[in-house]
Amino acid sequence: MKLVETHLKRRTILKGGAAALATLSAPAVLRAAEPAPIKVGILQPVTGALAQDGEYGRLGAELAIEDINKAGGIKSLGGAKLQMVFGDARSNPEAGTQEVERMQEEGVVAIVGGFASPICLAASQAASRYDLPYLVDVGVSDQITGRGLKNTFRFAPGFSICTAAAIQNLVRINEAAGKPAKTVVLVHEDGLFGSGLAKLMATELPKHGFEILEQIAVPTPSRDLSNVTLRLRSLNPDLIIPSTYYGETVLLARTMQQQRVRPKAVYAVLNGAASNRRFVAEFPEAAEGVMDCNHWYDPRNEKSKAVQARVEATGKPYNYNIPLNYSSVALLADALERAGAAERGKVIEALNTSTFKDHLMPYGETKFVNGQNTGAAPVSTQVQKGQIKVVYPGVFADAKPMFPANG
Amino acid sequence: MYSPTILIEAMINGLLTGAIYALIALGLTLVYGVLHIINFAHGAILASAMFAVWGLNVLAGIDPYLSILVVTPIFFGLGYGVQRLVIGPAAKGDDGNILLITLGISIFIENALLAGFGSDTRSISSDFSFSVIEAGPFLISSPRLVGFAGSLVVTALLWFIMSRTDAGKAIRAVAKEKLGASLMGIDVGHVYALTFGLGCAALAVAAGLLMPTFYVNPRVGGAFVNIAFTIVVLGGMGSIPGAMIGGLLIGLVESLSGLLLGESLGQIGIFVIFILVLLLKPTGLFGAKA
Amino acid sequence: MRINGYIPIILVTAALAVVPLVSSSNTLFNFMVMSLIITLAAQGWNILGGVAGQTSFGHALFFGVGCYTAAMLQFHFGVNAWVAFFLALLAGAAAGFILGFLSFRAGLRGSYFALITLAFAELMRILANASEWTGGAAGLLLKLDPGLANMQFESRASFLWLALAFVFVGLVISRAIAGSRFGAHLVAVRENEDAARALGVDVLSVKLKAISLSGAMTAAAGVLYVQNFLYIDANIGFGVWISVEALLAPLVGGRGLVLGPLIGTFTLHGLGELTKSFAGRIPGIDLMVFAVVLIGVVAFASGGVLGLLRRFAPRLARRIAV
Repeated sequence: MKLVETHLKRRTILKGGAAALATLSAPAVLRAAEPAPIKVGILQPVTGALAQDGEYGRLGAELAIEDINKAGGIKSLGGAKLQMVFGDARSNPEAGTQEVERMQEEGVVAIVGGFASPICLAASQAASRYDLPYLVDVGVSDQITGRGLKNTFRFAPGFSICTAAAIQNLVRINEAAGKPAKTVVLVHEDGLFGSGLAKLMATELPKHGFEILEQIAVPTPSRDLSNVTLRLRSLNPDLIIPSTYYGETVLLARTMQQQRVRPKAVYAVLNGAASNRRFVAEFPEAAEGVMDCNHWYDPRNEKSKAVQARVEATGKPYNYNIPLNYSSVALLADALERAGAAERGKVIEALNTSTFKDHLMPYGETKFVNGQNTGAAPVSTQVQKGQIKVVYPGVFADAKPMFPANG
Repeated sequence: MYSPTILIEAMINGLLTGAIYALIALGLTLVYGVLHIINFAHGAILASAMFAVWGLNVLAGIDPYLSILVVTPIFFGLGYGVQRLVIGPAAKGDDGNILLITLGISIFIENALLAGFGSDTRSISSDFSFSVIEAGPFLISSPRLVGFAGSLVVTALLWFIMSRTDAGKAIRAVAKEKLGASLMGIDVGHVYALTFGLGCAALAVAAGLLMPTFYVNPRVGGAFVNIAFTIVVLGGMGSIPGAMIGGLLIGLVESLSGLLLGESLGQIGIFVIFILVLLLKPTGLFGAKA
Repeated sequence: MRINGYIPIILVTAALAVVPLVSSSNTLFNFMVMSLIITLAAQGWNILGGVAGQTSFGHALFFGVGCYTAAMLQFHFGVNAWVAFFLALLAGAAAGFILGFLSFRAGLRGSYFALITLAFAELMRILANASEWTGGAAGLLLKLDPGLANMQFESRASFLWLALAFVFVGLVISRAIAGSRFGAHLVAVRENEDAARALGVDVLSVKLKAISLSGAMTAAAGVLYVQNFLYIDANIGFGVWISVEALLAPLVGGRGLVLGPLIGTFTLHGLGELTKSFAGRIPGIDLMVFAVVLIGVVAFASGGVLGLLRRFAPRLARRIAV
């Protein structure tokens, strides 16, 4: 793989160099012949409330740009290198749009990132004024791709894809185990994704024979989840479905462990902690057996393993923001490659016809319909012996689901 | 709707949490009572104290409870210094200026923590974090019981300092009549700094008591600031016993309304109380006349 | 009414209005649009908090009422954006009146008033986050449909001029108040409420007028926000951020002065953009620099930017700062 890339690179440079020599026959031109770098806007919230996620997102994008450049840049553009123009969205939509304007002025060919739905909504709309391609990295709101903006693409699954998959996976896992779980309590954050998710779960799960005992909304940030745990203890459900952010999940898992609440399974959906390596490392006992249906990389993908090793070598956890941003940048590079020009209209066209496969996610071929990659789907993971394993669907799984989790 | 066991346990939880709230509100009420300023940096100072406790645990393996002994004097000193060297000279006694400066300090601290520690949410996990005391049908969290006791001790201590020591008398004199006190030879700048230092010290204790069951990130203080304001108002601005009673009451209300209305909407209970107290009895339960 | 007092306002507005003619930088326009929206919110704050001396920590209440009224009327009932705008102004004024009626009648002043405004804003934030009507936590998204009739504009410059027109109206109103009997009453209430009452000023009525006007102006800023971003959720509309912005700007620019909010906002946001250049690999450094500069400004420029001007260019200051 590597060999071929290096070889290609050398050949392209030689070719470009030879052409330059032929026309101008001046050695100094050799360097000038290297095409101007292509500017790519990377927008992430690295300060404010979402700083944690923004940092991982930036890292993923940086690694991708580094790899693409090492492999010879965009070959159809004479090996042009990608150059990152970074913008801090400061965890709010206003700062996000301001950065979009700045990136536009600096002449980026596309923007990748945003992380949170409100930032993605505002930033992609600002970019649409300039027909500037915008690749959403995470933001799951269905509204992002539902507005008919021609410039906006989302490589990752949106909200409805995620929830449909979450329900489907849960039903299949439960059925395969002989339907041990019947009663469910939903614990969700009261923001954009938690409330919508709970509403959907509450209508869908009963169709598959589950009984929803209660839906508990919790604010972000929560100071104390003792009462939630108290109710969980008295309701004693087979299954707890938490969809909350990191801090709240830590509190909930901790308090549940302390109050000895042990449901048959904890099946999180798009949870901030259950597929976060820090959580697993800090609370091995509380995390053990917890399942999550979330963005996750393909554990058997060799390229992903290599990226993971590089990330972990720096002491950082390989959280899903990293492969998602890595893949989104790679997707953009592929579109540039096929567009053969760093022109926005052509890049948008190339994205629309993309069949990109060389990413780190368990998605298969990319296919955009109204800006949403319909090839994308979340997977179900489970913490097993301190490791986060993919347990469903089987084609991507590197472990079997333990369901019920505690025997 | 709920069995009495759950209601009682929820009330116990509310009281245990409320005591920690009270401790956080103590510093705020003290600073308000004496300096008559609303300290916007309160949450950020709490966050930095929590980072200090976390850091001592991770780097030096010091137990969070033991680290209180280290962190408290440091934060007293820091608070003293900040008031003496930054807030006092920069504000020149103007309310608007104080607002801006404490806001500036909070932006500074929050982002310094971000730059220094990164944005990750961190927590301390020890066996004690998960230990419980079984009392009949109730499971009571040991670390929170320790928090409750610690908070009562600190309140009593602070009350003792304020009412029985010379420093406390000076603080009360300045709070009541600044000009008169300075004519009596009391160094008002020193007293202000002392008060601010005590407020920060109370936060440091709260940090040590919180860390075994809570988490820390650069913005964690925000979770506690609104509630601390409510407690200060309910208890009466400037009143130490008021802060404790107010804290326990708010803890109770939050817990019960969370149980009955749902955690999310239950927050409304707190603000309704806040508004009603302000409208009906703005001096709070124990406050002096405004 | 002396036209003289309006000259600085006209000059400043004209200077801002020609920016799109001499520059083509959308980054600059976008920066100015956001700054003008904040300026408008801060102008609302300044009438109540600056001129009348009633410090509010909760102007998000009015901003959010403006945002949501405009957004909900358009979203649920398909009301024309301009009609929605005027109704939002009324809603903002009504919110101000209700808040004022409750709190001023209860005799709340100083920190007590400040805290109750905060409590109301937070209450609304929680409600807006929970209610179906407001789109709950998912917020409301307005349809992108540029056109004058929809109060949406394809070009940043057009929206800049719209926002500037609003700020100009705000400046004129502020200036008119400053030279009026009503303004004198507001100042009397600020300086000494009891003395004002003794002199026959109907304190409650004066305060109610101020808070209603203040509410309407800040609500107008909310409408502009919605028309610009076409999206609103509870944390944007009723979040603490806008309360802080609305109060910070007049304090930095010059509390109670006509041009204070405008100068304050542009100073603060300009500073924010400048310190961004300090942002390196480590996040947060730029905001630390911003905080240090902010504290420095307060320490060395008591009375805000205009206060500083007064010290060093008293004649100029007298001309522009009323």
